[in-house]
Amino acid sequence: MDNTRRKFLKIAGAAALAGIGAPAIVKLTSHTAFASEEAGHAVPVPGETGVHGEAASTGVRVGMVIDMRVFAVQPMLLDQAIAACNKVHNIPHFPDRKNEIKWIWKAPYANVFPEQEVLHKSEMAKTKPFAVLCNHCDNPSCVKACPTKATFVQPENGIVAMDFHRCIGCRFCMAACPYGARSFNWQDPRPFITNYNPDFPTRMRGVVEKCNFCGERLALGLEPACVEACSGTGAMVFGDLNDPDSEIRRVLDKEFTIQRNPAAGTKPSVYYIV
Amino acid sequence: MIEKVLKGKSTYWMWLAVLGTFIAIGAACYVRQYMFGLGLTGMSRDVSWGLYISQFTFLVGVAAGGLMLVLPYYVHDYKAFGRITILGEFLAISALIMCLMFIMADLGQPLRGLNVIFFATPHSMLFWDMCVLWGYLILNCLCGWVILTAERKQVHPPKWIYIFVYISIPFAVSIHTVTAMLYCGLPGRHFWLSAIIAPRFLASAFAAGPSLIVLACLVMRKFADFDAGKEAIQKLTTIIMYAAIINTFFFLLEFFVGYYSEMPGHMHSLEYLFFGLEHDGHVYNNLVPFMWTATAFSFTGLGILAYIKIAKVFDYRLVGTAAALIFFSLWADKGLGFVFGGFVPNPLNEVTEYIPTANELGITLGIWATGFFILTLLYKIAVGVEHEIEA
Amino acid sequence: MYNKGTIIPGLVIFIVFVTFPLWYNGLNAGTVPKPDLPVGQKECVAPVGEMRDNHMKLLNEWRDAVLRDNDRVNIKVGGKEYRKGLQLACMQCHTDKEKFCDSCHTYAAVSPTCWDCHLTPAEAATKKETH
Repeated sequence: MDNTRRKFLKIAGAAALAGIGAPAIVKLTSHTAFASEEAGHAVPVPGETGVHGEAASTGVRVGMVIDMRVFAVQPMLLDQAIAACNKVHNIPHFPDRKNEIKWIWKAPYANVFPEQEVLHKSEMAKTKPFAVLCNHCDNPSCVKACPTKATFVQPENGIVAMDFHRCIGCRFCMAACPYGARSFNWQDPRPFITNYNPDFPTRMRGVVEKCNFCGERLALGLEPACVEACSGTGAMVFGDLNDPDSEIRRVLDKEFTIQRNPAAGTKPSVYYIV
Repeated sequence: MIEKVLKGKSTYWMWLAVLGTFIAIGAACYVRQYMFGLGLTGMSRDVSWGLYISQFTFLVGVAAGGLMLVLPYYVHDYKAFGRITILGEFLAISALIMCLMFIMADLGQPLRGLNVIFFATPHSMLFWDMCVLWGYLILNCLCGWVILTAERKQVHPPKWIYIFVYISIPFAVSIHTVTAMLYCGLPGRHFWLSAIIAPRFLASAFAAGPSLIVLACLVMRKFADFDAGKEAIQKLTTIIMYAAIINTFFFLLEFFVGYYSEMPGHMHSLEYLFFGLEHDGHVYNNLVPFMWTATAFSFTGLGILAYIKIAKVFDYRLVGTAAALIFFSLWADKGLGFVFGGFVPNPLNEVTEYIPTANELGITLGIWATGFFILTLLYKIAVGVEHEIEA
Repeated sequence: MYNKGTIIPGLVIFIVFVTFPLWYNGLNAGTVPKPDLPVGQKECVAPVGEMRDNHMKLLNEWRDAVLRDNDRVNIKVGGKEYRKGLQLACMQCHTDKEKFCDSCHTYAAVSPTCWDCHLTPAEAATKKETH
């Protein structure tokens, strides 16, 4: 991983905006290359943020590009990414569909993009499994629905986070999410966890969970576990969507991407190259 | 007045004992669920709300339905409802208690329920739902009790209570509107994402609530020596008829929008509810019998009511049958189809069916029994006061 | 006084009932627990007295800092840095939940829900990755 990316990740993870004055923070924010400053000065290109376009948020907003062309030729890669996530987050494996807990998983194109389902699809769309995870929307309907702010947008990096301590388990967020990204702990998950990661908690029964974009790893300057599992392949690119010089923006500028159900107006942060 | 619940005929005690049995079973089932988690229900990752939330939704309507008695009596001074307005208020109390119990039964972390107040979140409709439900419950307890006390003493109720009576009218509308907003503001669920949900909820509420009151009046006429009066019952059947017709009309509009536009998202849930949804070579249709039974009941009930009006006959058995048919059809519509249908298909266009478990049914029946238990006690008080005045 | 015959015995029964825990235990609060302290580590994030009184508040503060305010600044104890958190900081030294946490919690009859999610080192070891 190159140096600037590591720096960005650290900043995205740590308290970048607070300026609390702790030495570690000062060290991080003293770099002028910090993403949000440049994003703040960026001049919007006419037409890019038209009436129907999406106005960019300010500050760091992490996002992801999933390049299906890479996953299509390396069938094991997505499994590795999923396994990496399951391992670091103590995700249980339930044999039945009813209890499933999924942060990142595989689904056919027709299920991931039901609104863009067509009769004559490319070979890839017909046969290859797509990666599905929380979209970390800029305007998330789950956050709107939550009656306790147990799920919320982290202002420092745009991650839609969960506070398991506060969740009352009403599952309003599950009904609200237009992407089916949320899972509920219908029972104690611990008996169904294969190996514990001692650095991360498990969940208890009665709370909702989902992908957290590895907030805990970003704080250590690491990439999300799934991205790391694909490192070097370009299958998953993670970075600041608001930084015009970031790798993810270079990819987005170059490639045509699609998003899941953009009509829902939630402004997802995950892009797909199909 | 409370002492009136302690004296009754043997049928009264038998009825309470039957309800008590169901309550005990429900409590035992809830203890099991509390220890294990909601995994004891039939709910799943895809159908994440089940019977509890659907019963809650239906019962909010029953509670709001009391408005159809309060409004004519207090605003239009419709005297014939004088004896039964209290029944509407007491029905609202027991229905709301059931609602709150269903919500608690549905929470994954019931002990954290107060977080809704500690971390009050105005952009969540659930927060507002809590506000209006509690508000309406308190208003009904207050108004019901003060007015019944005044009636017992045979004096006019104090003037200040009317302020709360009038506040309770928009509150009744708001409880069901806000409950509709829990659903109709969610971007990913086509079946719910419809502006007609709130009006349809209100229309069905104004039929379901009065239907239950009619049934209660007929039961009390037979067992408790309480006569609501023919005029009041007749007026109630008129209200039920119009409200049920409007509900049906709104529902048919949903059908038109779905099937004329032929937008898949707008058709899928209706298809699942009424015809069975074919998906990957399998037809999912476990709600189809319920929905068609409800449709048949609804039209039969409306037919009977129309016959009563047109032929100018009045027969308690006919009225009771019609009220029961309409009540059941509205229950199946809102207490089953509306909530379960909204989850099919899921956002990834997959189909999972929901079948409640025995434990879940036990809790559901237990909560219904609790509601009817409270309703029985409240109606016992109301009827007792009536008898006391007449004596 | 009316109904002397019922009120006074009633009061007596009430008082006996309310004071049940006191006399049942023979007016003895039992042996004060002595939690096992970590070996070789003398310092904690705060003085003993403060930790004893307020460790639960501190944990809540850390929880909110890490999860909600994204303030993941490490804490320093005895020259060593720790990430904020029950698992990541506290239990690095206080490795034995049963002998440290539980000793007082059991005595005080409180049952915090921390370990419904957070793993004790012992619990984590039960399903350690082996390869």
